[in-house]
Amino acid sequence: MSTRREKAQVLDPVGMGRAITRIAHEIGERNKGVEGVVLIGLRSRGVELAQRIAAKLEEIEGVKVPVGALDITLYRDDFGRAATQPVVRRTEIPFSVNDKRVVLVDDVLFTGRTTRAALDGLMDLGRPQCVQLAVLVDRGHRELPIRADYVGKNLPTSRNEAVQVFMAEEDSVDKVVIYEAVEE
Amino acid sequence: MGLTSKDLLGIQGITSEEIRLILDTAASMKEIASRDIKKVPTLRGKTIINLFYEPSTRTRTSFEIAGKWLSADVINISTSSSSVVKGESLKDTGLTLQAMHPDVVVIRHAVSGAPHLLAKLLKCSIINAGDGAHEHPTQALLDLFTIRERRPTLEGLKVAIVGDILHSRVARSNIFAMQKMGMHVRVCGPPTLLPRYVESLGVEKHLSVERAIADVDIIMMLRVQRERMGAGLFPTLREYSKLFGLNLDRLKMARPDVLIMHPGPINRGVEIAPEVADGPYSLIQDQVENGVAIRMALLYLLAGGQNN
Repeated sequence: MSTRREKAQVLDPVGMGRAITRIAHEIGERNKGVEGVVLIGLRSRGVELAQRIAAKLEEIEGVKVPVGALDITLYRDDFGRAATQPVVRRTEIPFSVNDKRVVLVDDVLFTGRTTRAALDGLMDLGRPQCVQLAVLVDRGHRELPIRADYVGKNLPTSRNEAVQVFMAEEDSVDKVVIYEAVEE
Repeated sequence: MGLTSKDLLGIQGITSEEIRLILDTAASMKEIASRDIKKVPTLRGKTIINLFYEPSTRTRTSFEIAGKWLSADVINISTSSSSVVKGESLKDTGLTLQAMHPDVVVIRHAVSGAPHLLAKLLKCSIINAGDGAHEHPTQALLDLFTIRERRPTLEGLKVAIVGDILHSRVARSNIFAMQKMGMHVRVCGPPTLLPRYVESLGVEKHLSVERAIADVDIIMMLRVQRERMGAGLFPTLREYSKLFGLNLDRLKMARPDVLIMHPGPINRGVEIAPEVADGPYSLIQDQVENGVAIRMALLYLLAGGQNN
């Protein structure tokens, strides 16, 4: 039996706000505005993150960017292997993704398997013009040829550590914490 | 989170938490029906066998669609064209199917307890799609799901189930399911079609439709099983319709926002008037549509668990 212990807080509310602001600026810069841009957050922290980026983009560009929510449970590659069965949550994308510039938004990029599942799920919904990836934290250890286009913070970690993003909407506080495993 | 049993044999064997998990999962699955490409890869490589010893349109078709939308391979066995007509027993049919490595067997059988026998015999998951006059759990789950879409809080809702309660596995599963969710159930029908001691299930018994439907949130009409008429349980369809059918006049006695349900297939003009079945508060088509989402949820929860 192993539990985990907080090792360090790597982002505080101010740091998180700055990272989100920078990602929003970069999205506007890369896409030369937000024409045709839509944000799709991965359940569940990615959705809140996408909404914050959208709010920031509205401040910067003066345009409301559509935000959707994608649940990747049905596209996982560890189906039937995971210790507990993941709960299927709702995919809610109230717009067509055809010919859109889709920015997938997730909280932590780790092995890349979630992103792979998200790409498959997205392609089942239509044919975007292009897909970009925005993450708040990139912690390394990729197992698939996937990289992020927008990164809030690069965070070198060891494999047995865990990174958790807390967001005020769900967790009543904004922070990113790194945990290390403790053998009992 | 998952279901504790490998099988779904009846509502009696599951908890209200499990019912909630199934309904929540179904709510997520429903979105897939609105897509252009109605398929997700979740159950790739899984095999589902539909074994139906009794006729069925909506249950069998919706299990088949549910399996296919989840990318499972679905095989339908209708017993009229299988070895069953050569006299093969349920046990031997079950063992034969097991040798083909199915992940889920969905069974409907005229004998109560048939799915339970298979569940003990086979390693795969068994889903009861109706056994005799015992249970029809997936119907009760889709009924709860359909109600919850209109009335998000199930607790405290009042339901009148009207018709042939005695022979109805739908009524039985719904009584168990609704009570687990804190709903109040009344049953109503001719005395010959109400089980003796039905009150022991914790339901109110009514012989007058008017009184039964007076202040309920939901009216659930059951099909008159015409084959029962020969047994002398009620004189004529016309008389049944007059005394227990739901028509517009009778509906005026109910609350103006009452929801009307029927598990199908309906006998138009017998237990339910066409204007009621097609009316604004009728959820009959929703029930059929939601049947697919509920069965997708169950296949996901049973075929995808750790027990596989």
